[in-house]
Amino acid sequence: MKALILVGGYGTRLRPLTLNVPKPLVEFGNKPIMLHQIEALVEAGVTTVILAVSYMSNVLEEKLEQHAKRLGIQILYSHEEEPLGTAGPLALAKKYLLVGDNPEPFFVLNSDVISDYPFSRLLEFHRGHGKEGTICVAKVEEPSKYGVVVYDQENGQIQRFVEKPQEFISNKINAGMYIFNPSVLNRIEPRPMSIEKEVFPFMANAGELFCMELEDFWMDIGQPKDFLRGMCMYLTSLRKRSPEALHKGSNIVGNVLIDESVKIGENCKIGPNVVLGPGVVIADGVRIKRCTVMRDAKIKSHSWLESCIIGWESRVGQWARLENVTVLGQDVNVQDEIYLNGVRILPHKSISASVPEPQIIM
Amino acid sequence: MKLKAVILVGGPEKGTRFRPLSLHLPKPLFPIAGFPLIHHHIEACCKVEEICEVLLIGSFQANDALKRFISREKKLFQKPINYLQEYSMLGTAGCIYHFRDVISNGQPDAFFLMHSDAYCDFPLKELIDFKEKFMPYLMMTVKLPKDQTLHYGCAGINNATNEIVHYRDKPASFVSRDINAGVFLLDFSIFETIGAHFQSKLTRNMSFSGLEEDSMDKMNRHNRISFESEVLPKLAGTGKLFAYRINRFWLSIKSAGSALYANRAILDSYRLKHPELLTEQDNCRGNVYIHPTAEVDPTALIGPNVTVAAGVIIGQGVRVRNSIILDAVELKNHSCILNSIIGWHCVVGEWARVEGTPTELNPDAPNATTDSFYLFDKHGKLLPSTTILGRDVRVPAEVVIRNSIVMPHKELHRGFQNQIIL
Repeated sequence: MKALILVGGYGTRLRPLTLNVPKPLVEFGNKPIMLHQIEALVEAGVTTVILAVSYMSNVLEEKLEQHAKRLGIQILYSHEEEPLGTAGPLALAKKYLLVGDNPEPFFVLNSDVISDYPFSRLLEFHRGHGKEGTICVAKVEEPSKYGVVVYDQENGQIQRFVEKPQEFISNKINAGMYIFNPSVLNRIEPRPMSIEKEVFPFMANAGELFCMELEDFWMDIGQPKDFLRGMCMYLTSLRKRSPEALHKGSNIVGNVLIDESVKIGENCKIGPNVVLGPGVVIADGVRIKRCTVMRDAKIKSHSWLESCIIGWESRVGQWARLENVTVLGQDVNVQDEIYLNGVRILPHKSISASVPEPQIIM
Repeated sequence: MKLKAVILVGGPEKGTRFRPLSLHLPKPLFPIAGFPLIHHHIEACCKVEEICEVLLIGSFQANDALKRFISREKKLFQKPINYLQEYSMLGTAGCIYHFRDVISNGQPDAFFLMHSDAYCDFPLKELIDFKEKFMPYLMMTVKLPKDQTLHYGCAGINNATNEIVHYRDKPASFVSRDINAGVFLLDFSIFETIGAHFQSKLTRNMSFSGLEEDSMDKMNRHNRISFESEVLPKLAGTGKLFAYRINRFWLSIKSAGSALYANRAILDSYRLKHPELLTEQDNCRGNVYIHPTAEVDPTALIGPNVTVAAGVIIGQGVRVRNSIILDAVELKNHSCILNSIIGWHCVVGEWARVEGTPTELNPDAPNATTDSFYLFDKHGKLLPSTTILGRDVRVPAEVVIRNSIVMPHKELHRGFQNQIIL
């Protein structure tokens, strides 16, 4: 089977992290986002993954090659010269998607979404109703930020979409994970096209579009605030599915994922909801809650971190306090005793003064 | 030569900008660099041989704290030190006039008059040497940046003769950069001047029938005479009032921010004068005073510019910088205290951060005060300043208290920024 992952553009909302690293390679739960998706697809029987890319694609190609070999699959690249929206890339990748005598349904994924990825169940459900397309829907608390889906509760047939509704219509939204029959490609041209506005409504009217509710967790982690929320959900799900992956100890609280190479000092209190990447060093007396700390970062003694993303190789000084979705890019140096509140800091910066109000430091 | 020293210490109605720290303790007794504020004034006076007695005048009740303080100072310096209590507000001239007999007792030649707010390395001997026979009244002055002078008494000085020819207290517009530094050396003829002024005021006020006010108010108005706003302006230009200009560090301690700054300056002066008071150990940086009964964990990092009072407990990995920690405070593990005053018996939880904004000097104006005279900016927002925790405040673990003032006995349940918490 085949899958198309819409990688797209610059990942601007996840800056400063995405200034150095293409978004699909940013580690989520100590594994590149894209790898979570690809591994789940492989489990459902996918052998060819096509990535619709436009930015930093050679970096992607390099990094993913080893994983492709390991998983025994083929990874192909469909390069967008201009942004083709959410539907256009499908037409561009047509030649890859229609390979073979009897083209089967293929998956399409938005690269920002994390979930338990129930692809096997999705395939089964799709084959069951026999129509052209099935999309996943997720239940969310604030649906008006997304595209809301109205459907028949009995069989899942979609009636209509409402983008960013002004009144409450439903709390189920388009989760950005689909499975389509190849005939869908007849509806799409290789130009900038929106799948939500120009393809789905027609399919729905023709009774060809169904949806399946996601049961476990789902999050669009395209921005730091949601990245951290998604991290909490992911760790909760790990606790249920494979609790042995999570760390235990007298200095651990709640769900904490720690790479085996991490060093932690004395009198620390780590968690709940913390991910520590490879090579991270935590000194004595550190308190971390609700954070992701990327590879090779160092947190010095007696500091306090809550709801932060600490970029690769960054250093946080002693007695520092970082909170409120503070994001450090790669190789940022925060000096001792600094207070950062909701600050985004671009790569390679050195911070020697506190920033008590949310700001971007370039 | 035989001299006396009079230190005006004010009363509970005064020093309100020092609240909440002055709510339970007279401001003159507030500890700075390990000792009550006026200890530094008294020490300077007692070092001068010519001074045979130190008198403190104020309207505070002579309570235990004050009595104990005075008896300790007497024992320490082996000089007579006495407190004279004003029972009604007499004003800065009225109060010394009221006690003129006590001050003149023993026939001294002149007396020093000092304000407890003013702090510097008091050049009392220099004042004695500078004062000539033809200078009955000598005022110490210091130069301030133009914009700050409006909050003080401004003196117009004849540069050739050092006579003060003009004087305005807290003028509405700029008068002079030389301001009243709060230390005087006065002949006893000052009491005649004040007496004459008192009489003329009395007769002037008698001429109004005062139908609306009762006699109590009338009497209070008569009795209150201000040295700065009533006596000095009259003396200016009469050939009797002269200025001794100082060019050294000077500070008016009006608010908590200036208390911190004075703390830093006085700790600095200990390097030369009292090095035995400074704590030199591995977990200290710069000038630090730690009371011998305080317990400080070796993994903590204290200083520079920190005073730690008696019975304080500082836990593991605590950071304290540019702050005053008062008696019996407990700072729990990994907490961080910057630019703050932590009141008596406060408890700060683990990993909490208590932080004020340092009020830094303008390096171009060596005698600039650190004080902002306003608490709020024009939008009604609290201006960033020293964070103060009043007595017995409890700060929970892991929160941040920044640029805030917390009233005594408050138990906090969350963090606060830029607020006054009642």
